[in-house]
Amino acid sequence: MNFEWSGVWDAMPTMLDGLLVALAATGIGYVIALILGLVFAFLRRSGNRWVSMPVGFLVEFIRSTPLLVQLFFFFYVLPLIGISASPLATGAFALGLHYATYTSEVYRSGIDGVPPGQWEAATALNLSTRRTWTNVILPQAIPRVVPALGNYVIAMFKDTPQLLAITVVEMLGGAIAIGSETFRYSEPIAAAGLVYLVVALLMAWVARIVERRYGQVRV
Amino acid sequence: MSSGLMSYVWEGLGNTLLLTVFGALLGLVFAFIAGLARSSERKWVRGIAMVYTEVFRGFPSLVLLFALIFIVPTFGYQLNPLFAGILALALNIGAYAAEVVRGAVKAVPPGQIEAAIALNFTPLQRLRKVILPQAVVAMIPPFTNNLIELLKATSLVSLVYISDLTFSAQLIRASTGETALVFFGLLVGYGVIALFFTAIMKLLERMAARALGRTVPSGFFGRKEVAA
Repeated sequence: MNFEWSGVWDAMPTMLDGLLVALAATGIGYVIALILGLVFAFLRRSGNRWVSMPVGFLVEFIRSTPLLVQLFFFFYVLPLIGISASPLATGAFALGLHYATYTSEVYRSGIDGVPPGQWEAATALNLSTRRTWTNVILPQAIPRVVPALGNYVIAMFKDTPQLLAITVVEMLGGAIAIGSETFRYSEPIAAAGLVYLVVALLMAWVARIVERRYGQVRV
Repeated sequence: MSSGLMSYVWEGLGNTLLLTVFGALLGLVFAFIAGLARSSERKWVRGIAMVYTEVFRGFPSLVLLFALIFIVPTFGYQLNPLFAGILALALNIGAYAAEVVRGAVKAVPPGQIEAAIALNFTPLQRLRKVILPQAVVAMIPPFTNNLIELLKATSLVSLVYISDLTFSAQLIRASTGETALVFFGLLVGYGVIALFFTAIMKLLERMAARALGRTVPSGFFGRKEVAA
């Protein structure tokens, strides 16, 4: 059996459909990861040990177990407790939850990087806790972490093929579907690989531009 | 659980550990070759290493695995599935770890290298006796993260029907119907294996640091995120 480039080309329409699904999962998942990560970072800094310790344990646990197993877990277990969601929504949620544990570490390092004098100044000026965070700490902490946060978009995009395990038809899933009809797997899988590579490299390029423009702290 | 099902667990555990350990060793080879090549004086050597790291970091490991299993046979080779799994994981993690190697080598103070040149060390001696012993200590904490990522990625091989821990969990789920319990147990299992590997890496870090006469803060299970 030979490798035929025309097969790669023929698979492209399916790949574009799959790309939209993959980008949707990445986008929804990323928003979840950005918000939930900040929540995790806050809770881990909490002065109350009964909050910070369990959250810390949960974050470490999610971070050291495979996304694929978490996908299976949510896909099969959520319906058992009466929550029915589409496979794509379940996948995006699992992806977001998984990467929230990474972004929470990024936020934490950004917050730790704010000089202690800033906290002291906020206290001296009698700012409320909320004002200290929103007007002093976060505006300085977030720009520092933009490059690292950008890298996780790319990482999440590259994890979307795992969603095929829970019946989401993204690019690799689409490629396998073509293969099971034509009995030629190589060409569609090569097409999927090419699109993943091109889009991931494009994203890396955009991330670098964003990093250069917004990665500095403005005073 | 009956002993028949237990045998699935042991087989799965064995394959998961096998994939992790051999994936890590092969990945380490790729990482050192590519990482050291990135600091080569020759432009084409740097170029090849850069293409390797950029391509394999931009490529989902699951797609790579499917490519090795489905595309390579069309060129007339049939890879052993377990070997294809190890190779896919190692190529992927090697590209990430290569960046770690490059960063750690770059972080060795230039005075050390100048001193080695002044003492008339050959380039190989410089690398072996001066640069690497210092760089390796800096590499181990980020390598720990790479190793855990690798352990997590081994679960992907279950999708190409290699009987790892995740695959055996699927079999057990199918035959017992205990969905929630089986997957929760599987998550805990991976968590425990991750703790085990983290502890081993911590031990290695201490040994490497002690060889330099430094000490590492104690505590076995802490793992620090190193900026990606």
